[in-house]
Amino acid sequence: MAEVRRVRAAPRGWLARTLDSDVFYSFYTSPVTVLAALITLAFFLVAIFAHWIAPHDTFDLANISIMDSELPPAWLEGGDERFLLGTDDQGRDLLSAIMFGLRLSLLVGFASVLLSAFIGVAVGLLSGYAGGTLDDVLMRIADVQLSFPAILIALLVDGITKGLFPGEASELLAIFVVVLSIAISTWPQYARTVRASTMVEKSKEYIQAVQVIGLPSWMIVLRHVLPNVLGPVLVIATINLAIAIIIEATLSFLGVGIPPTQPSLGTLIRIGNNYLFSGFWWITFFPALALAVLVLAVNMLGDWLRDVLNPKLR
Amino acid sequence: MATQELLHLKKLRVEFPSRRGAFVAVSGIDLDVARGEIHGLVGESGAGKSTVGNAIMGLLEPPGRITGGEIWLDGARIDAVDAAAMRRLRGRKVGMIFQDPLTSLNPLLTVEEQLVETMMLHLDLDETAAQRQAVELLTQVGIPRPAERVKQYPHQFSGGMRQRVVIALALCSNPDLIIADEPTTALDVSIQSQILELIKSLCRERDLGVILITHDIGVIAETTDRVAVMYRGRVVECGETAQVLHEPAHEYTRALISAVPRPDMRLPRFPMVSYIEEGGGVQGQIDLASHWLGRFDASERHSGEVARIDSVSMHFTLRRSIIPKRRTYFTALDKVSFSVAAGEVFGLVGESGSGKSTVARIIAGIYNPSDGRVLYRGTDLTAERRAGSRRSHQRHIQMILQDPYSSLNPRMRVRNIIAEPMLFHRLVASRAEAHEVVDDLLEHVGLGRDAGQKFPHEFSGGQRQRISIARALATRPRLLICDEPTSALDVSIQAQILNLLKDLQEELELTMLFISHDLPVIRQMCDRVGVMQGGRLLEIASTEQLFEQPEHAHTRELMRLMPRLDALARPRAVGPAGA
Repeated sequence: MAEVRRVRAAPRGWLARTLDSDVFYSFYTSPVTVLAALITLAFFLVAIFAHWIAPHDTFDLANISIMDSELPPAWLEGGDERFLLGTDDQGRDLLSAIMFGLRLSLLVGFASVLLSAFIGVAVGLLSGYAGGTLDDVLMRIADVQLSFPAILIALLVDGITKGLFPGEASELLAIFVVVLSIAISTWPQYARTVRASTMVEKSKEYIQAVQVIGLPSWMIVLRHVLPNVLGPVLVIATINLAIAIIIEATLSFLGVGIPPTQPSLGTLIRIGNNYLFSGFWWITFFPALALAVLVLAVNMLGDWLRDVLNPKLR
Repeated sequence: MATQELLHLKKLRVEFPSRRGAFVAVSGIDLDVARGEIHGLVGESGAGKSTVGNAIMGLLEPPGRITGGEIWLDGARIDAVDAAAMRRLRGRKVGMIFQDPLTSLNPLLTVEEQLVETMMLHLDLDETAAQRQAVELLTQVGIPRPAERVKQYPHQFSGGMRQRVVIALALCSNPDLIIADEPTTALDVSIQSQILELIKSLCRERDLGVILITHDIGVIAETTDRVAVMYRGRVVECGETAQVLHEPAHEYTRALISAVPRPDMRLPRFPMVSYIEEGGGVQGQIDLASHWLGRFDASERHSGEVARIDSVSMHFTLRRSIIPKRRTYFTALDKVSFSVAAGEVFGLVGESGSGKSTVARIIAGIYNPSDGRVLYRGTDLTAERRAGSRRSHQRHIQMILQDPYSSLNPRMRVRNIIAEPMLFHRLVASRAEAHEVVDDLLEHVGLGRDAGQKFPHEFSGGQRQRISIARALATRPRLLICDEPTSALDVSIQAQILNLLKDLQEELELTMLFISHDLPVIRQMCDRVGVMQGGRLLEIASTEQLFEQPEHAHTRELMRLMPRLDALARPRAVGPAGA
């Protein structure tokens, strides 16, 4: 019940206050979180600057020689020092392929998280603030949605888009299909969380206070409710980023996702899987390792964020 | 005294270490409690009184710890024993009664299971003996039909009955000392006095030592033998209750007592309590004749009836269903009618659940009534709201809400919170002018001009309530609804806020609807009062008349149960309004 009397005054200024905040304090006192953040950052940098740092351009056919295919990592017998992690079945450098693949995976991950968060937050706000029949209908739709696995939806979306744009099996279309299917299958999570927080916020007195002022409902929702329900959304989004990357990998693995000419991490793993029993384990192992480390790091960040922002778990 | 001594605290010091240095919650207090004595601990929030209770129980929340001093219970030192010994002690020697009876019982176990479990653990009883004992205990704490009720779950008891069960639970292992931490704060007045009576009689019968922790001086006056007044982790004064309350030696005690609203007469203002809060005090002076705040249209100054509610009923849906027959409703208001005249302060008083807040919300436009009309200066607001055009009148009716901790949007700066209604209703020409007015308003309600830059969480409860008031003033309202504006605040802060409201009401010629469950506060603030119970308006009378000659039986009951500072003086027959 006793309030903490501050011995050291909180500093002024935006940056100084951020560095002094409790959130940041819990960040730099947790080495695991710092490590996870650094790894995530490294993955992002690699993905963004893949063109400059990748040792080979895997898309330039002139660079690729079938003679180099299925070479083991450089430190093994028969390895070539040009290809640090070995090559895949078409003679592409695996390290470079992972770097470029990472880029696709992160792109898909981010785009789908943004899209599903947008849909979910909108539905959740509407449902939670309006209540009544609209709430019932929207939440039943979300329930039905939850019962369809992402893969089923992906096949559905894939089929429809292929029917709509026959013969245009472009890479962009494939990315669009994957992003849309992941978004469609994950939005109910956001919607449910946002709906619950909206109902909590709605019953607080500051919402009544602005109702008394006479603000219209849309203004109350956007200006007053939305900023106060974004915390949990941020947490789900971080965790869902990892999930989206995994779903993308699964979809690519099954052949619904990105075509093998432009391999994402998932596609690489799938290609490698065919050669696993032929003894070329590295084709699938290194992409899988990269994926595992990335997902683990992002998940750890998400967990930390959840603990910091969720007062119930503190 | 020394032979009777049960609990002895010697220079107890409790600290809460944190990132920014240790916060000393309790700094070196001495306290003695004898058997058969109720010892009060009184102080405002943050004074450290609950921390004392928790320290004795060994229930300090980490990272809090005892950093100095000694606790002696019944001749044995208990502050340094290990966890297992502390657990035994907690069960057998010390019992605790918590504030909220809704959360201090396990909802999944019957009352019997909870009592029997505790008794079998601490007393050498087999199950049947423990069950018999459980029924006996419920009889002692005054629960009717104990043999039957002991098999019930906590949710089947009302709030007051549940608190009796909590007391039975605290008593069931025959402790020597009971620590009651705000045992009646969550209860209505009528139930509060019953619970206090119960604690008093149990203390006498069982020869218990009781520490009664409360912020309410009325409770202290009615119940305790001795009292210690705490302020910022220190005991500033300790002694016989009668002496401390009648001849307070310390300045803080005097300020605290003078801030308690008097039920027996109306004072023009509360005596100033500058000792207590740092934020209160100097108000900026605004020349209302020229300032934005005083700029009214001639049509806005009026006399006669301002607001009127006409046989308003309100039903809340308990169960929704497509079939109308299966829907169930709860009637919160049943044909309530009254009117408020210009410039008067109209009070509504009643216990929780009496529907007084619902009335406020209907007038403010948060709820639409199921039936009846709300008129503001002759215009039917309910019809207008259905038609969707409520803006012009909405601006004239503003509301100050009860809970200062949730009534401000935590993500907005104070300046933007207050400027929002002005900008929305286009009462100012530009954002710059709005900010100018906001700074003036903040100064006028007793906060500094630079308060606007901060976020709500940087302010204390009382300061936040000042921000709420500034926000309500920002539309230049004519009718101000105050829904329990001070019930979440300490008594000294309450005095300051009520003074502020009085000043504003006078200088702006506001009409006010003032809602409270606290009769003395109503007496200080209101010109006319309506008494509510169970959604019905029982009587309306002028404040003087209501307090001197209450008509309705329920009103008389409320008057009788009101805790009084003059309770101690009653045997000497000094109390002027004694029942």
